[in-house]
Amino acid sequence: MVTVIKPKKTFSLEDLREIWRYKELLYFFVWRDIKVRYKQTIVGIGWAIFQPFMTMVVFSVFFGKLIKVPSDGIPYPIFVYTGLLFWQLFASALSDTSNSLIGNAAIVTKVYFPRIILPLADTANKFVDLFFASLALIFLMFHYGYAPRFSGIALIPILLIITSATAVGAGLILASINVKYRDVRYVLPFFMQLLLFLTPVIYPSSIAGKYAWLLSFNPMTGVIKAARAGLLGTGPIGWQSLAISSLAALALLAAGIFFFKKTERYFADIV
Amino acid sequence: MLSIIEIKNVGKRYNITGRKRGYVALRDVISEKLKHPLSALAGIGRNIMGTNRMETFWALRNINLSVKKGEAVGIIGANGAGKSTLLKILSRITPPTEGEVRLNGRVASLLEVGTGFHPELSGRENVFLNGAILGMTRKEIGEKFNAIVDFSGIGDFIDTPVKRYSTGMYVRLAFSIAAHIEPDILLVDEVLAVGDAEFQKKCLGKMEEVTGKAGRTILFVSHNMSAVEKLCPTSILLSHGKIVKAGETRDVIRHYLAAEYEKSSGHEKLFPLKLKGEVTLHDFAVSQKNIRTAHLDADTPFTVEIDFEAHANLSLFRAGVYLKNALGDVLTRSFTSDWQPELERVAKGRYQATLLFPEKLLMPGNYFVSLSLNRFSVMNYLAKHTIEKTVTVGPSAYFNQAHPAEKPEGKIFIKNRWTLKLVSDQNKQSDES
Repeated sequence: MVTVIKPKKTFSLEDLREIWRYKELLYFFVWRDIKVRYKQTIVGIGWAIFQPFMTMVVFSVFFGKLIKVPSDGIPYPIFVYTGLLFWQLFASALSDTSNSLIGNAAIVTKVYFPRIILPLADTANKFVDLFFASLALIFLMFHYGYAPRFSGIALIPILLIITSATAVGAGLILASINVKYRDVRYVLPFFMQLLLFLTPVIYPSSIAGKYAWLLSFNPMTGVIKAARAGLLGTGPIGWQSLAISSLAALALLAAGIFFFKKTERYFADIV
Repeated sequence: MLSIIEIKNVGKRYNITGRKRGYVALRDVISEKLKHPLSALAGIGRNIMGTNRMETFWALRNINLSVKKGEAVGIIGANGAGKSTLLKILSRITPPTEGEVRLNGRVASLLEVGTGFHPELSGRENVFLNGAILGMTRKEIGEKFNAIVDFSGIGDFIDTPVKRYSTGMYVRLAFSIAAHIEPDILLVDEVLAVGDAEFQKKCLGKMEEVTGKAGRTILFVSHNMSAVEKLCPTSILLSHGKIVKAGETRDVIRHYLAAEYEKSSGHEKLFPLKLKGEVTLHDFAVSQKNIRTAHLDADTPFTVEIDFEAHANLSLFRAGVYLKNALGDVLTRSFTSDWQPELERVAKGRYQATLLFPEKLLMPGNYFVSLSLNRFSVMNYLAKHTIEKTVTVGPSAYFNQAHPAEKPEGKIFIKNRWTLKLVSDQNKQSDES
């Protein structure tokens, strides 16, 4: 094995091969975070379910019952919970990935590995929370007597990929900026809150009327719309908006990787 | 034979503008730009024109080195000479600004022991995590797990979260993992400075085993000259980012110490040094047989002289020295008032304080004689100056004459001799001599 260390480096196929070589370290980072998070098993799992569930309850009471936000004709609790599941995956992955380099500064400054596996690991371990939280969705759907379409279940992996790509893409950019400007993490929660209302989580995207397609540039719009259509049968799966969202997610991911690669090599100098 | 490490013209430049404040806040940058829109524009202009003036400095420049397979090379130099930067470049943590490095083999870098240890996880879990971070596969770690635990001596505590470990246990476990990685090239920074002496020795032994038997290549950065000398037949000396000397470790160390003595004598230019308006330091010297020297013969007494002037009558005043080993640990101190409390009262005037160190006191090695002038719990006159002599003590001609080549162990000689009395011989006669 020959390693050549040179000043300049751009993104290449070699990077993908390298990530593959370090897949075990990726596995160990995911394993570490899950292990630590679920060390107190009951609290860990309980929190993973409690958080989205309570949000759902509060939203259902205020937006569903009192304000009567339309929900495409399905019970508001499952309507909003479906949205929340994907939103939480996205939001928690994004906030963790944007902090991944700072959080692991002690390792980043002492050992080499492709830095990108830190944000990847942070995103991957969010799936455990998602798994426990979705148990509640299954319960709710059962309770309200909704069965998913087969196409809906088949669609889920694709939706998860789009969600992850969006979170990783945006996370990579934020992580790079965060290394240099440490106040990014204080600003992020505010923008996440805004973004929650710009994404059809608590309302259906149909509310925007003929401008609904504009919302699709937010990748999470297409994802949540398709998830509701597939799982709850709110209507036809919006392939068009899903396509726009996928492209947007892809563009975000590409931009994220490009930006991250450009700044990656200097992280150790400024962390 | 092909070099396993080939370093060509490597240089590393750091920008030091704006680094004083630690990190930069986006908030500050934006408000700065808004307050001074014109200068921000000018800045962009300078960036485009490439005329932006930045304070830069070269941590390393024109480094050329090739290391053959199985060699152990020591890297020595003062703080800030670029040793750690070089290791960081080789371990790919930071890229070089110019030049190229070729590494023909698997590299593992130990810039710290216990990188990535998580306090909440058990020793066992941390072995796997840390092993993976250091580049071992899960299978490899599994195979070596028992050896790692045995070497560390952690025993049953392996399933306890490491946050409950003592510092010693923590370091031992961390080092055991590090000692069991099997790369072709091992880059080691000052990691031996931690841990107890006994364990350090064990680690050095393990490392020697690593280079010796398995033909592994080691680059070893350390301030501990005896460790470097023990482990590395050849060394390079870095000074201000350049290789100033390369060759046999013994020569390189000698060169380094000579340069250090010159540097440590540099403060003589400061004399007479006025301290807080109360005391003036005129001279500080280590000498043997009335000759000022940095190389001490173990079989001859040596003296430390402090020439100072008190500008007022002072109470609680103490002059003296700390004697430190090469790692900077204080071996002992000796102040004027230690055995004579009455000397703490010093009347106005000029004084010469002299302390005679006995012969056969220090084992061969490098030591620091560090000056102290203070008033007990009132004032440390040398808070802002380090006035320190580096001395090298040579071997004693009388010690261990039967095996002069045996490595000296420890720092201090016991001058007293053993008595050996025959209590009963085979003829059951008592011996009177």
